[in-house]
Amino acid sequence: MSLPAPARRRGVERAAWGLILPFCLLFLVFTAWPVIQSLFMSVTDTRNRDLRTPFAVEFVGLENYVQAFTDPLFRTAAANTAYFVVVGVPLTLVIALAAAVVLDKGISRFRAFFRLGFYTPVITSIVAVAVVWRFLLQDEYGLINTVLGWFGITGPNWLGDPDWSMPALILMAAWRNFGTAMIIFLAGLQAVPASLHEAASIDGAGAFSRFRHITLPLLRPTILFVSVTTAIGYLQFFEEPYVMTNGGPLNSTISASMYTYRQFGFGNYGYASAMSYLIFVVIAVVTALQFRLLRERS
Amino acid sequence: MTAKNRWWIYVPLTVALVAVVSPFAWMVLGSFKGEGEIRRNPPTWVPEAPSLDNYTQLFSRLQFGTYFLNSAVVAVLVTAGNLLFCSMVGYALAKLEFRGKRTLFVIVMATLMIPGVVTFVPLYVLVVNAGLANSLPALILPFLVSPFGVFLMRQFIVGLPGELLDAGRVDGAGELRIFARIVLPLCGPALATLGILTFLGSWNNFLWPLVVAQQESEYTLPVALALYSTGQNSIQYGLLLAGATIVVVPVLLVFLVFQRRFIEGIATTGIK
Repeated sequence: MSLPAPARRRGVERAAWGLILPFCLLFLVFTAWPVIQSLFMSVTDTRNRDLRTPFAVEFVGLENYVQAFTDPLFRTAAANTAYFVVVGVPLTLVIALAAAVVLDKGISRFRAFFRLGFYTPVITSIVAVAVVWRFLLQDEYGLINTVLGWFGITGPNWLGDPDWSMPALILMAAWRNFGTAMIIFLAGLQAVPASLHEAASIDGAGAFSRFRHITLPLLRPTILFVSVTTAIGYLQFFEEPYVMTNGGPLNSTISASMYTYRQFGFGNYGYASAMSYLIFVVIAVVTALQFRLLRERS
Repeated sequence: MTAKNRWWIYVPLTVALVAVVSPFAWMVLGSFKGEGEIRRNPPTWVPEAPSLDNYTQLFSRLQFGTYFLNSAVVAVLVTAGNLLFCSMVGYALAKLEFRGKRTLFVIVMATLMIPGVVTFVPLYVLVVNAGLANSLPALILPFLVSPFGVFLMRQFIVGLPGELLDAGRVDGAGELRIFARIVLPLCGPALATLGILTFLGSWNNFLWPLVVAQQESEYTLPVALALYSTGQNSIQYGLLLAGATIVVVPVLLVFLVFQRRFIEGIATTGIK
């Protein structure tokens, strides 16, 4: 060492702070401060006219939160979001797991080719695919109803019928997102020792039985992880209804994020902040649940 | 049972692949069609009289050239910022001892999952008060660093052998020099993953650009496409499909070039 130890340590300390300084400044201004400010705003009556005087607003306690829980449209939005998550996450995961299992064990050639094809929708802009899917889901001349027609099925007016609008958005979300889950499942499946499968085969276990009793239990942590990350994404869904349905028909697809954005657009900043914090709390609970379950497993 | 006697599995697999990819094929083919053909029942695949008309209109009548440039500038600068700043913090957290290190790491971990919907209202107030509304810096500054990037770089740098760094220290190199000359060049795979993820995230980002870019001159591609598609004016379907193609195809090409490294990155980080 060219320098005595204490001087060296001081140098390291200075260098470390130099390295983290840009991150700390940007993080404080653009993440930490807004998170705190959002909580503050949510207990005030801040509106867009208060923009230039953020501290001249009235403290209203939990009024915005009470308003959210009694606002029929927010309740609809929350219920729609729950629908999207509760149906969308399992659907996405089942498709992803089926694709991963087939790619992992079922085929020996073109594996990378299929993997690439299935993953492609993930990298594309939701706005762009939502625009395209609006065409595909058209009642009269949409591609999806045309294909259904080949099998003698009269497809519904997907985006125009309040009963079918949410299933249509969920279908599109599953199509766009299952690739991520599939890739993570593939990595998880490769960690399942082949010797276990061979031993079970010798004992006469069929493919389904091996999947049920070997693959699934070993894949549990991966499934848990993927369901939580997918749920966190789905809890914030916004682009799909914004582009495809504008929340309709009859508010059947308005989401919590979209309603928050709408209230922000009306200038109700305090109210919008309260709703965004409610979304945040749900996401935080889901995340905490994941850590807890993972710890119990390991 | 070997994979050989299960050739039939390629049938459902191929059907699934066609189902997954066909929306893109239909989008690209449709962007060369005229209005009448796009609305025809039953729908057609191959354009009868392919023309670039939709694209010329996008760039002349609408300002998609500007929007494309905005998206590209924002994505490139956001990516550059993340690569530099996140690897700096990643190195400090992985290999250096300093006061506040534990706190910093806990904060990074705790904020990995903060959704944009939580911060956009106060962030908008902040940006307006700073006089940055309707400017490209407003689209870039909030995304220059990310806790996820720090986490990714830290995890990678922790695995680098300490002997390499010690060799630099024996030679009398300072920590900044060690970071720039020894650590960064070894971070290729992690930087590639972070770079592609950040670029895609920025290119496809919607909520914040929608909130803050309120003049056409600052629109990014997704904002322009969404506003045009939901607009009150009569919409030309051909322009929508061409617009969607312009948003999707460049990243698709980049993805096809880098896909192997990229997919491995996804598998190890588990985050899209």
